Amino acid sequence: MLVTLAALLPLGFVAWVGIQAGWTTVSALVFRPRVGELLVNTGLLVLVTVPICVLLAVALAWLTERSDLPGARTWAWLAAAPLAVPAFVHSYAWISLAPGLYGLGGGVLVSVLAYFPFLYLPVAAALRRLDPAMEDAAASLGEGPWEVFFRVVLPQLRLAIWGGALLVGLHLLAEYGLYVTIRFDTFTTAIVDQFQSTYNGPAANMLAGVLVLCCFALLGVESGTRGHERYARVGSGSARQPRRSSLGRLTALCMWLPALTAVLSLGVPLVTLARWLVAGGTSVWNLAELGPALWQTLLLALAGALLTTVVSVPMAWLSIRAPGRVQRVLEGGNYLAGSLPGIVVALALVTITVRVALPLYQTVFTVLLAYMLMFLPRALVSLRAGIAQAPVELEQAARSLGRSPTQALWQITMRLAAPGAASGVAMVFLAITNELTATLLLAPNGTQTLATAFWAHSSEIDYAGAAPYALIMVLLSLPLTWLLYLQSRRMAGR
Amino acid sequence: MTTLDLHAVHKTYGRVTALAGIDLQVHEGSRTAIVGPSGSGKTSLLRIIAGFEAPDTGRVLLGDQLLADGPSIVPAHRRGIGYVPQDGALFPHLSVADNVGFGLPRNTPQRAKRIAELMDMVALDAAMLQRRPHELSGGQQQRVALARALALRPRLMLLDEPFSALDTGLRAATRKAVAQLLQSAGITTILVTHDQAEALSFADQVAVMREGRLAQVGRPMDLYLRPTDPATANFLGEAVVLPAQLSPGWAECALGRVSTNDLQRSGAGQIMLRPEQLQLTEAAAGTEPGFCQGVVLEADFCGPVSELTVRLLAHEGSAPLLVRSPGLYAPAVGTTVSIAVQGQAHVFAASA
Repeated sequence: MLVTLAALLPLGFVAWVGIQAGWTTVSALVFRPRVGELLVNTGLLVLVTVPICVLLAVALAWLTERSDLPGARTWAWLAAAPLAVPAFVHSYAWISLAPGLYGLGGGVLVSVLAYFPFLYLPVAAALRRLDPAMEDAAASLGEGPWEVFFRVVLPQLRLAIWGGALLVGLHLLAEYGLYVTIRFDTFTTAIVDQFQSTYNGPAANMLAGVLVLCCFALLGVESGTRGHERYARVGSGSARQPRRSSLGRLTALCMWLPALTAVLSLGVPLVTLARWLVAGGTSVWNLAELGPALWQTLLLALAGALLTTVVSVPMAWLSIRAPGRVQRVLEGGNYLAGSLPGIVVALALVTITVRVALPLYQTVFTVLLAYMLMFLPRALVSLRAGIAQAPVELEQAARSLGRSPTQALWQITMRLAAPGAASGVAMVFLAITNELTATLLLAPNGTQTLATAFWAHSSEIDYAGAAPYALIMVLLSLPLTWLLYLQSRRMAGR
Repeated sequence: MTTLDLHAVHKTYGRVTALAGIDLQVHEGSRTAIVGPSGSGKTSLLRIIAGFEAPDTGRVLLGDQLLADGPSIVPAHRRGIGYVPQDGALFPHLSVADNVGFGLPRNTPQRAKRIAELMDMVALDAAMLQRRPHELSGGQQQRVALARALALRPRLMLLDEPFSALDTGLRAATRKAVAQLLQSAGITTILVTHDQAEALSFADQVAVMREGRLAQVGRPMDLYLRPTDPATANFLGEAVVLPAQLSPGWAECALGRVSTNDLQRSGAGQIMLRPEQLQLTEAAAGTEPGFCQGVVLEADFCGPVSELTVRLLAHEGSAPLLVRSPGLYAPAVGTTVSIAVQGQAHVFAASA
C-alpha cells in the first residue's frame, strides 16, 4: 500500500504543480512554439523508430527461430547482446565514428540499434512457443507459406510485438544521454536543459507534465489496441517441434541481415571502445577515479536492487494469492509509475525534498527511492513469476504437516520463488548500473557512478577517458544480458 | 477405384528410420485407420500424405495426380487434402466463424451461408459462430476443426488422433458422429490412432503399423480374428496363444480338440483364441475329472465382464489363460471351472 502511494508521488507531483501554477501560467508555458517543436521531434522519433524496430525484430526472430540459417543460435545471442551496451554508449560510439551524425536520422539509427532487442526477445520467444499444428492446418486449407505467415503466424505474435513496442516507445521517451550526444532535442533533453539552467523552474515541470501525457498516450494506445483475444494454445497435449524452413539459395542473402545488425549494433560500439582504449593507452586507467566509481556503482546498484525486490514481495504475493480489484489497481499504479521517465521521477523528488524535507535533498536515500520507483515493475514481474511457480497447494501441504502459515510461506513459497527474486535483483541491478538521468540529478555531491563519470568525460569530448567506464559497464551488463536471453528461451519451454 | 496410392515410401530422420517401405491403397469413399504404438511411424506417414513432409524415396498418388516422387513434392496447400490435427489447432485469434471460413476466400459467394451449412453438418449451433475457440469444450473444438477442414470439400480427409483429447464417453459418440458424417459426405478418410478399439470400430480398412512397416492391412474383423502373427494379435486385443498339434480343420492343444480355420496344415503349430471365445461353467463335482478343467487364480470384476485368470488342471506347467466371462457369472478365486471353446481357433502361418 505504502509502496504504491510512494510510487504515485511523481504523478501527484506533476498534477500538483499544474494546479498550483494556475491555468494561465500552464497554458503560457505549454502552448508555445518550443513545446510544439519538441512534440513533433519526439513524436517523429517514436513513429519512425518503433516500426523499424518491429520489422527488424520480426525478421531476425524468424530467421533465427524458423529458418535453417547457419549458426542460428549464435545469431540469436548476438541479436540480444546489444542490450548489454547502454544507449548512451551506443551514441558515443557512433558520434566518435561519424561526428557528422545528428538530428532525426541519427537519432533513429542509434535508437533502433540500441533498443531493437527489447522487441526481438519477446517476438523470438513467442515464435518458439507457437504450435506448428496451426500452420499445418492452414496449409491444408490451401494457404501458401506467405499467406500462412501473415494470416496465422503474425497475428499470434501481436501480443509480443505490442508489448515490446511499448517498451521501446517508453525508452525512447525517457532516454536522455543518447539524444544529447546525437544533438536531437526531445522532451527529456529539454527538461534537463531547463532544470540545469533555472533549477526547479516551473518551465521544466510543465515540460515534464507534457512528457507524462505522452507516456499515457502511448500506454493508452497499447492497451486500447491490444485486444482481449486469447493467444494461448487451445487444447492439451504437447506441441511438436516446429520445422525450420529451408532458405535454399537465399541463405547467403539472408545472412546479411543478422550480420549487418550485429556489426552495427555490437561491432561499432566495441570497435570504437577498443580504438579509444588503444589510443588512450594506460593513462586513461586512472584508478583513483575508476575505483571509487566502480565501487559506488556496485554499492548503489546492489542496495537499490535489494531494496526494490524486498519492497515488491508483499505486492507480488498479494497479486498471486489474493488477486482482486484493489490489488490490480495497486499493481497498475506501480506499473504506471515505472513507465514514467527517470527525469520526471527525479524532478519530482528534487522538488519534494527541497520543499518538504530539505535534509534529504541529494542524499543516498533519495537516489535509492528514485531507483525503487523506477524499477519496481521489473522486480515485480520476476517475483510474480517466481511465486506463481509455487502453487498454494504446496503451502497447504506444508501446513498440514505442522508448519505455521509464516513458516510455510518462508520455507516453501519463498524458497521456490528464490530464482524469480534473484532474477528480479539482477534486472534491477542491471538497470541501475546503466541509469544516467536520475543519478545525474539526484546523486549526492561527489558521488560518481560509472554512468555519470562516463557522461562527465564524454561531455568534455574526452572520449578516450570515457572508454574505460563504458567498457566496465558493458562487462558488468554482459552476464545479466545472458541471463535475460536464457530466461526468454526458458519461457518458451525449450 | 483407388484414391490414394502409396508405393515404397521411405523416410528417415537422421539415423532413425521412421518409415521402411510403405505400400498402401485406400479406396474411394472408404475409411482407413492406421494404428500402431507410439513411435511406429504412423504420424510421419500421415504428414507425408498431407504434404507437410517429403519422403526420402517412394511415390504418393492421389487419383491420377502424382503428389510425391521422392523428395520432390506438391506442397500441402496445393493438395486439397483436409487435415484435422490432434487438438484441433483452432486459430485462437479468430472467431469460430472465421476459423471455419479460413479456407474460403473472402469473396466466395454466399460465404456466410456455407459456414452455417458446415456448422450444421458437424451438429454445432450457429449461435456459436461468434465465440472464440477457448470458449468451446474439447469436443466442440474438434467439430469446428472438422468443419474447417470440410469447407474446401477435400478429396481426402486426414484425422490425426482427433479423439484422443476427449474423455471416454464423448469420445465414442464423437467418433460415431464423425464416421457417419464423412460417410454421408462420401469423403475418403484416413484416421491415425494408437487405440486399437477406435481403429477397429471406425474403419473399413485397418492398417497395423510396427517399426516403420505395415504389419498387416485388411478388414477389421479379419485382422482381429486372423492376424498374421502373435504380435499383431496381441496389439489388436488380448489373445490366448497356444502351441498345438494340427490336423486339417482341427488342433490338439491344452484345451483339448479345437476346430480351426486351417483346412490344409498338419503338424506342430501355434493357434490363437480371443478370451471371449472361452466359456466357463462351474464344474460339477466328480464329473469328467481333469479334462479341460481349471482353477480360477484371479478374478477382476469390470462391470459388463469379469476378467479371470485360469490355470489348467491337466497342464500344471502351462501359462495361465485369460478368460473374459460375462459379468453375471463371476466365479470366486479357487473355484474349479470347465472351459469350453466357442467358434474356430486361428492358426498362425508356419513362420510365426
